[in-house]
Amino acid sequence: MWKWLHPYAKTERAYQLCLTLQPWFWAGALLCLSVGTVWGLAFAPQDYQQGDSFRIIYIHVPSAILSMGTYVAMAIAALVGMVWQWRTAYMSMIAMAPIGAVMTFIALFTGAAWGKPMWGAWWVWDARLTSELILLFLYMGVIALYGAFEDKQQAGKAAGVMALVGVVNIPIIHYSVEWWNTLHQGATISKFDNPSIAPEMLWPLLISLLGFAFFIGAVTTVRLRNEIVLREMHRPWVQALAISQLASKQQVNHSVKGGN
Amino acid sequence: MSLYQGIFKRDMHIAFNQKAELVQPLMFLLMVVTLFPLGVSPSPDTLQRIGPGVIWIAAILSSLMAMERLFRDDFQDGSLEQYMLSGLALPAVSAVKVAAHWLVSFVPLLLLSPLLAMFLNLTVDMYIALVLTLLLGTPLLSLIGAIAVGLTVGLQKGGVLLALLLIPVFIPLLIFATSAVDSAALQLPYHAQLAIIAAMLLLAAALAPFAIAYSLKVSQN
Amino acid sequence: MLEACGLTCSKRDRTLFEGLSLVVNTGELLYLRGPNGAGKTSLLRILTGLSTPESGAVLYNGMDIAEDKTGYYRDLFYLGHKSGTNGSLSALDNLSFWLAQHSTLVQENVLYDVLAKVGLVGLEDVPVRYLSAGQQRRVALSRLWLKPAKVWVLDEPFTALDVKGVHLLETSMKEHVSRGGLIITTSHQPLSETAGEHRVFDLEYRF
Repeated sequence: MWKWLHPYAKTERAYQLCLTLQPWFWAGALLCLSVGTVWGLAFAPQDYQQGDSFRIIYIHVPSAILSMGTYVAMAIAALVGMVWQWRTAYMSMIAMAPIGAVMTFIALFTGAAWGKPMWGAWWVWDARLTSELILLFLYMGVIALYGAFEDKQQAGKAAGVMALVGVVNIPIIHYSVEWWNTLHQGATISKFDNPSIAPEMLWPLLISLLGFAFFIGAVTTVRLRNEIVLREMHRPWVQALAISQLASKQQVNHSVKGGN
Repeated sequence: MSLYQGIFKRDMHIAFNQKAELVQPLMFLLMVVTLFPLGVSPSPDTLQRIGPGVIWIAAILSSLMAMERLFRDDFQDGSLEQYMLSGLALPAVSAVKVAAHWLVSFVPLLLLSPLLAMFLNLTVDMYIALVLTLLLGTPLLSLIGAIAVGLTVGLQKGGVLLALLLIPVFIPLLIFATSAVDSAALQLPYHAQLAIIAAMLLLAAALAPFAIAYSLKVSQN
Repeated sequence: MLEACGLTCSKRDRTLFEGLSLVVNTGELLYLRGPNGAGKTSLLRILTGLSTPESGAVLYNGMDIAEDKTGYYRDLFYLGHKSGTNGSLSALDNLSFWLAQHSTLVQENVLYDVLAKVGLVGLEDVPVRYLSAGQQRRVALSRLWLKPAKVWVLDEPFTALDVKGVHLLETSMKEHVSRGGLIITTSHQPLSETAGEHRVFDLEYRF
């Protein structure tokens, strides 16, 4: 069933795939993010309780959801690398890791910013924020472990194990932090869990979510291309690619000079 | 069966030759616990309030120090290679080594626990809960910790990295263990927390040996 | 018979060798030669199954070792750069624990005899870390006379050995081969006549 995916085990094919997907992802990201953000920040109706400050959910919620989603994607990439020994799988995993960490940071930052008008404090040990913080630590651990190895294939395997250990722990951490929160919680109810949301608020949220997803995809393809070129420098196809790009740059320079 | 007993005996032999190295994490534990009355407040009520958390946090931190010796010597002197060539199943070898390590590292901690409980003014009920959580929770620390130790054993500066990798993963255990002792302080039942820790322990006991074996193979490259 | 089929190995994104095939029959001594960094150690580790190659397979008596290691490991003895002995234990303890793990039963007096053979009389009970590098190497090598292994894979076994030690090892290698054993070894010094007839395999440094 997954036969169509097998060619992408080769770094050259994966590189070509990234080149093809990149413009689409950037276009999608630009479109959805601009529509979603403008709609959400300017045109969506005010929340009857929180006024305008709730608008930050159009950034907070997508980044929080995708921070988890990227970690799961990383873990899947690690699993593929482990089972089928694909180099491109480990490369994708490490390409995604920093962007996932940045998403987590955005979620934390916007979550804290949302908290200030609501509870008057920049940081509260709310269940969701605490889980996001722990997720950030998990990301940093994977990235640090990858960086500690000289042999990058070995680094990929090691970081892959930690990513998988992390992904198994995420539900456990989530539920234990939620439970811990109920133990120590006062009267404040978390406004982050908002199951009933009006459709006028929902659409910009979904569009923002899609926009963020495209953005993560775009940055990942760029990073994956860089990782492939860096690791496969010795291969003839990379060298041919570099030469052809250099040649086309020289052509451009010559035509510019020639024009003057 | 006797093959694995041999591994156990060997690890015990080596541990007794390294007694100084074993005592250091315990001294660290004792010192960290001492810092809290000094840094926070020596008031008995405050200490009883923060006690369970302090002991568990100190236990986690000192276990991170003790864990490094789990595979380090065997990796560096080539004994690990020889284990991998012996025909013994590496998951089973790992499980036996973790068991030996737990006995040598955590049983002294359990023996030290009455002193710590006394320092932090824990009641008898709280102490019983603490011992139960330590009995169930410290093997979990060893098992999960061993996975990360296996990955970092070949690295030069693995120490702090080990802590960075493991602390987030130990947070659920910390939450449930301290909650159990807190419940004991209020004379409330804490079977639920113990059951959850036991469940995590069983999951780890079933899966961790395979993850540890894989980690060791990755480090061997 | 040990066979390598199309082995490819890269370390740190540098391809050490690609599509390497090699056959070593019983009663043969293979001398693996090459400059530093050519991949000799990596090749030996792949042949023992400690490392997995990027592609290719190693076959022992026709069976892929990745699928079934137990038969191969019963017949294999590997000695790499690391001695495989724990510094805080004595030579006797190290060897008895090692033999137990490798499912070989040996009487204690045999241990003493072998340690005497490698020139460690009186040092059997001393923690190994107090021995010199050459003596530690002899402790590691003494396993050659303790485990009845058919296949010897030795990575630079002559390191730190003095002239007598080298002579002892080469003589044993010749005997082992004449008894139908199989040896693959590397060394920076060429093997002398004492080692007997041997085949040379050159591994080149790839850029």
